[in-house]
Amino acid sequence: MIGIIRSLGRWGLGVFERLGRGHLFLVQMLAGIPGLFLRFSLVIQQLFSVGVLSVLIIAVSGLFVGMVLSLQGYYVLVDFGAEESLGVMVSLSLVRELGPVVSALLFAGRAGSALTAEIGLMKSTEQLSGMEMMAVDPMRRIIAPRFLAGLISMPLLAAMFSAVGIIGAFLVGHGLLGVDDGAFWSQMQVKTDWYDDILNGVIKSIVFGFVVTWIALYEGYDSVPTSEGVGRATTRTVVHSAFAILGLDFVLTALMFGEN
Amino acid sequence: MLQKKSTEITVGMFVAAGIAALFMLAMKVSNLSDFNNDPGYKVIAEFENIGGLKVRSPVTMAGVRIGRVADISLDPESYNARVTLDLYASFDTIPTDSSASIYTAGLLGEQYIGMEAGAEEEFLQEGDVVELTQPALVLEQVIGQFLFSKAEGDE
Repeated sequence: MIGIIRSLGRWGLGVFERLGRGHLFLVQMLAGIPGLFLRFSLVIQQLFSVGVLSVLIIAVSGLFVGMVLSLQGYYVLVDFGAEESLGVMVSLSLVRELGPVVSALLFAGRAGSALTAEIGLMKSTEQLSGMEMMAVDPMRRIIAPRFLAGLISMPLLAAMFSAVGIIGAFLVGHGLLGVDDGAFWSQMQVKTDWYDDILNGVIKSIVFGFVVTWIALYEGYDSVPTSEGVGRATTRTVVHSAFAILGLDFVLTALMFGEN
Repeated sequence: MLQKKSTEITVGMFVAAGIAALFMLAMKVSNLSDFNNDPGYKVIAEFENIGGLKVRSPVTMAGVRIGRVADISLDPESYNARVTLDLYASFDTIPTDSSASIYTAGLLGEQYIGMEAGAEEEFLQEGDVVELTQPALVLEQVIGQFLFSKAEGDE
């Protein structure tokens, strides 16, 4: 009995310890960002590996999500003779929800896990301690550029996801199902608002980019420096990011779109 | 060095593609292009009942979109709905005795304001009031009236 309570307490303390370390990590990371503007080439290098290499998976998934949405939406809407509203349905669901959320989930799987593995391996091969020995702050040299790159690329990727998805929905809706193209675009333009829908979607994706990159970098930095520990940290990145994205999405949706 | 240059180029293309996607969302998907192209002018119309009319509903004349509903409020004295219409500046030759009615697009569609041109020589200006208005058709009232007249006819 005592043993159970003891292990429960140890587990609880461990959770709080990791939570505290994570936030201290965040503060150190944010403190490293201002210095980056003097050496922006570091960020550009990371933008390439975090952002550019994620474009393909984001664009292909976006295209297919849009096409499926179009097919499914048509199936329901045609019963009410409202297939002209297909454009509205697709654009609102992509711009408000699916764009930010699905692209953040893909981003966590594609870029977040790579970041964790990279930093975990740097730690286990003692590159990070080596840098500290040379008086180079790994927070500024390694962590902060990756964080800024994740923060910048996430909203851009989400916007690409939504745009490609809408194009895919148009291709299926107009080409395959024969929805009138004028009605498709004009209804969409009437009902989709720049501030309420699109900018809120962008804000969402910035928040997701912040959280996913933070989790990925922290898990890598905090991993047990063995091959098993790095593997476990990578798994944790994907799982925790998914929880954080879906939970935050509910909170953000309730805050942004709650009243209407 | 060459390696680095190609990285920079692809990153530049990535950022440009992201911004282009945002631009497409803004111009093609949302109504942002409606906002800034002309300042428009505002006129007021009072309706007995506006049904399901909402802010941003379209205002049309002969089926052509000439503006949007900017604001809806309740007049504290007459208890009528006070609807502010934001008409595009390019449609500045609408006669002052034009009428405004609330219609429904299709059986289940959204409601919009349809305007019909009058014969007056003077045109509506900023702040003018559209005098002739026709309230929205509330389906329950129509059905109620129909049943009532039907019941009276049977006696």
